[in-house]
Amino acid sequence: MTAEPLAERGWTVRIDDTRLTICLTGDWIARLGSGAEPGAVSEIVNATNAEAGKISVVGFDADGLGRWDSALLVFVVALRQALQGDSPKLDEAGLPPAACRLLALTADVVPASEPPADHLNLFERVTEWLIGLWAGVLDVMTLVGDTVLRSGAALRGKVRMRREDLLACTYDAGIGALPIVTVVNVLVGGILAFVGAVQLRKFGADIYIANLVGLAMVREMAAIMTAIVMSGRTGGAYAAHIATMQGNEEVDALRAIGVPIYDYLILPRVVALTCMMPLLYLYASAVGIFGGFVVAVSMLNISPEAFIEQTRASVGGSQVLFGLAKSVTFGTLIAIAGCRSGLNAGRSAADVGRAATTAVVVGIVGVIALDAVFAICANTLDF
Amino acid sequence: METKSTEPKLRVDGLTFGYGAKIVQHDVSFTVPEQSIFAIMGGSGCGKSTLMKALIGLLRPSAGTIHVGDVDYWAATEEARTEIGRRFGVVFQSGAIWSSMTAEDNVALPLRMFTALDDASIRALAQLKLSLVGLDAATSVMPAALSGGMRKRVGIARALALDPDILFLDEPSAGLDPISARRLDDLILELRDGFGMTVVMVSHELPSLLAICDDGIFLDAESGTAIAHGAPKVLRDSCDHPTVHAFMTRERPPNKQTQNAGGNHGDG
Repeated sequence: MTAEPLAERGWTVRIDDTRLTICLTGDWIARLGSGAEPGAVSEIVNATNAEAGKISVVGFDADGLGRWDSALLVFVVALRQALQGDSPKLDEAGLPPAACRLLALTADVVPASEPPADHLNLFERVTEWLIGLWAGVLDVMTLVGDTVLRSGAALRGKVRMRREDLLACTYDAGIGALPIVTVVNVLVGGILAFVGAVQLRKFGADIYIANLVGLAMVREMAAIMTAIVMSGRTGGAYAAHIATMQGNEEVDALRAIGVPIYDYLILPRVVALTCMMPLLYLYASAVGIFGGFVVAVSMLNISPEAFIEQTRASVGGSQVLFGLAKSVTFGTLIAIAGCRSGLNAGRSAADVGRAATTAVVVGIVGVIALDAVFAICANTLDF
Repeated sequence: METKSTEPKLRVDGLTFGYGAKIVQHDVSFTVPEQSIFAIMGGSGCGKSTLMKALIGLLRPSAGTIHVGDVDYWAATEEARTEIGRRFGVVFQSGAIWSSMTAEDNVALPLRMFTALDDASIRALAQLKLSLVGLDAATSVMPAALSGGMRKRVGIARALALDPDILFLDEPSAGLDPISARRLDDLILELRDGFGMTVVMVSHELPSLLAICDDGIFLDAESGTAIAHGAPKVLRDSCDHPTVHAFMTRERPPNKQTQNAGGNHGDG
């Protein structure tokens, strides 16, 4: 079809009395230039103006015209707009009949409106950010309130969720998360042992590496690291899943048949993660201490028996309880943040990405902020 | 304007396609003459959209050939296929409008990617394509704010962006009200006549099929191949095959299928 070479497009102007005829030549193919070049149209307008009111009709002669596509149409539409309201009338009868039919479809083209400028000054940006922040705070308060209310209903056995959903979420947040939780916590335990060794060796207190690793893992690191991992892994997944359902009108369908969204979509996830986090925490503490143990025994010349004995002496039951309390809180926070940002998402593909980002950011920042609150409370209470 | 010829634009021979080991249709052959409107018909789930995927290069058929002009499409190199693909315009069933950009940017993207035109020309072309489908007032609107019919129109405008030789439409009038569907049919006719395009459409909307299609093929889920060829009008008036007859006249299908209709559709 495109076998023959294309002839260059062109046009000449012929004036007979009151009629200006544009003789079209060559092939008008859009890929090779659209014909709307400002020069072409304004030249013709200038030519009509030069005749100072003498021209009353601008017509076309398509005898020399080769192949054409939208390039020709764009040219004619641009001319049409340029001549709007002026005295010369545009007579499109000389164009190929097929082009006339297409031009009839575009008969009432309005010029493209400029998209609104989105340049905000610094003050507007800061204000917008503050408003967004306040909305975020309100959102968090709403979701905490919702959870408390629905948990009350759950305790009275008045929730409608599917057992399959709960089981699937529990599996995913529990066993499914074990590999990454293992890797992260073993490494953190090992790193703590190394860091401690550098300082403690100076005082000949190598054996206290066991205390350091044990206490740090059980009180802080196991809960925090697991929460961060779960926020990225599970919180983000919850948000993306629910946001996609939102986009597919699945959430609307649930609402339409009267299924309470909170019970059906959010509660299984919150319950699953809240129940699994303490278990993951216990597991993470164990593998973290194991990581420290391996480093201490194999590289720092501490005897295994001494390490184990020292750990047992330093880590008490109350420390474990403290860590468990934290991990339960973190689990709830991550699950709610994930579900909530999914439910609040818009309906486009980009919104799914934004929802996942929000879930992870809110999850991680929230976990660390909550941990700080725990630390302050524990300090005040001498725990 | 090119003169109308009877040269086949698309020639399909013995095409067998499916997903993995699951064969959807086997041994399908047909030709699409230049500047015709060709219908791929059939009931739900018979492989109409899958056939279109094979035609536009999204799914490699397991046997058979597709000739576009005189090029064997699937035997060509990947670059050659991309080159041919640029002469295709495709309108997907849902519109498949990119949700993160305005209607105008949706139409302008192919032009920005595949031509060296300056921005003013691209905007003018995009504007023209949108006005051809009657959407010139909605250029800077985000897709989320458009109705289903408007999205479909943006989809058509986008498919027209590069002035395609062949326009593929998947269920163009599905989900539209009769008036909008009728307008869309007229638009397809106008565009075919105006630009001299060849149109291949997947559809099971009887009024559209009867109104605009010059030729077509009828795929059957049960036998897994084409059971009738011809213009929808001809098939309606003179095809004896019970399934085609039931489809075209909307009459109750013969007994065997009535029994199946209540339960399992997956036989064959």
